[in-house]
Amino acid sequence: MKLYLKIWRQKDANSKGKMVDYTVEGVEGDMSFLEMLDVLNEDLIKQGDEPIEFDHDCREGICGTCSLQINGRPHGPDTRITVCQLHMRKFNDGDTIVIEPFRAKAFPVIKDLIIDRSAFERIQQAGGYVSVNTSGNTVDANAIPIEKEMADKSFNAATCIGCGACVAACKNASAMLFTSAKVSQFALLPQGRVEAADRVRNMVRQMDLEGFGNCTNTGACEVECPKGISLENIARMNREYLTATAKG
Amino acid sequence: MSALLKSSIARKVVMALSGLFLVIFLVLHVTINMASVIDPDIFNQWSHFMGYNPLVQFLMQPILIAGVVIHFVMGFVLEFQNKRARSVKYVKFRGSENAPWVSRNMILTGGVVLAFLGLHFYDFWIHEITYKFVEANPEDPTRYYEETVAKFEPMWRTVLYIISFVLLSLHLWHGFASSFQTMGVNNKYTPGIKKFTKIYAVVIPLAFIFIALYHHLNPVMH
Repeated sequence: MKLYLKIWRQKDANSKGKMVDYTVEGVEGDMSFLEMLDVLNEDLIKQGDEPIEFDHDCREGICGTCSLQINGRPHGPDTRITVCQLHMRKFNDGDTIVIEPFRAKAFPVIKDLIIDRSAFERIQQAGGYVSVNTSGNTVDANAIPIEKEMADKSFNAATCIGCGACVAACKNASAMLFTSAKVSQFALLPQGRVEAADRVRNMVRQMDLEGFGNCTNTGACEVECPKGISLENIARMNREYLTATAKG
Repeated sequence: MSALLKSSIARKVVMALSGLFLVIFLVLHVTINMASVIDPDIFNQWSHFMGYNPLVQFLMQPILIAGVVIHFVMGFVLEFQNKRARSVKYVKFRGSENAPWVSRNMILTGGVVLAFLGLHFYDFWIHEITYKFVEANPEDPTRYYEETVAKFEPMWRTVLYIISFVLLSLHLWHGFASSFQTMGVNNKYTPGIKKFTKIYAVVIPLAFIFIALYHHLNPVMH
């Protein structure tokens, strides 16, 4: 396959970026999208040009680092996948593909297609944990009976890989799906209930401080989430937040 | 309290509650309007009651105006924040692939409905205030039907009203069910709420359109 690429190039966080045209040849349908970019980068290096910087790590759909907006959609023209799981057979010979980094004020571009998602980490640090006594008196988590339905819902929320596709897909760059998944995974379990009120208040406060937009319930985040995190989590977080705020 | 209102969730809940309040008000409004089609005398009676009852005039009306103002001011505040949250736009953004048009254009449909409210207030509310308080006319419980019908005589006003009701329908199509999600309701009743939202979003604006067209085409009065 021969493909025409329009890729965002940006020297560093302080520079102004622009779209640059590239042509890549010899692309196979079995290649992943990231492997196609590898081919392009090898060509650029051979030509003495600077390769395109993009984030990647596991290449098996679980690390969530590949923050690419491909042809106007996070992780490209498919659902429930990350970019490494997007295969070139989804494209046709002669296609033009537009590749940009996820866009949000809270996700500033570091270079080319790499963004800084530390805003998510700060939201996690604000309350996305359970305080555990590790002084030798730790209670075995499995000693507490948990209803299967609750355990499953909590596990589903915990599958969020923090990739940022929800923010990228949202027309408002809202981080409600991510934050709600992280709130829900603990709120649904007895171990998480102890700090539930402080957790949701602090995580929502941090989310707002980071400059994400507001949720308008379009549902775009749920569609584009590679792990299928449900909007139910946002409703749960809102309930948690309102209850915690009412209690003071 | 000020810290609470800075929270994105609290602001969204304010939007949801004021929106639901307006949803309930629309039922009252369309019921009274429908009387103008069924029986002019009943319409006159109800309109006179709404126009002169002190509880309606000095308690419910200010609450209604506050509800409208809160809803649109908060809507613009949230939209401003949302635009600011993505300062560098995408070169290509295919929002239609993952979200319906109505959910992505609430500010547009809401903006048109707000512009319509300007015309609607000029047509009826300003007229009413002028009649009662500026010109200090005496009470006339029989004037409302004729005044209403006369308003829909011009084609341009009827068309503007109909366009606005279509946009209102689109606004409600997303907004009604969305307000429940914002308030934390996403459970076994959600599919029912979504179905009811669609019925409501079609029936109520369609009833308003019917009333406007009925009076425009009413051969008895023209």
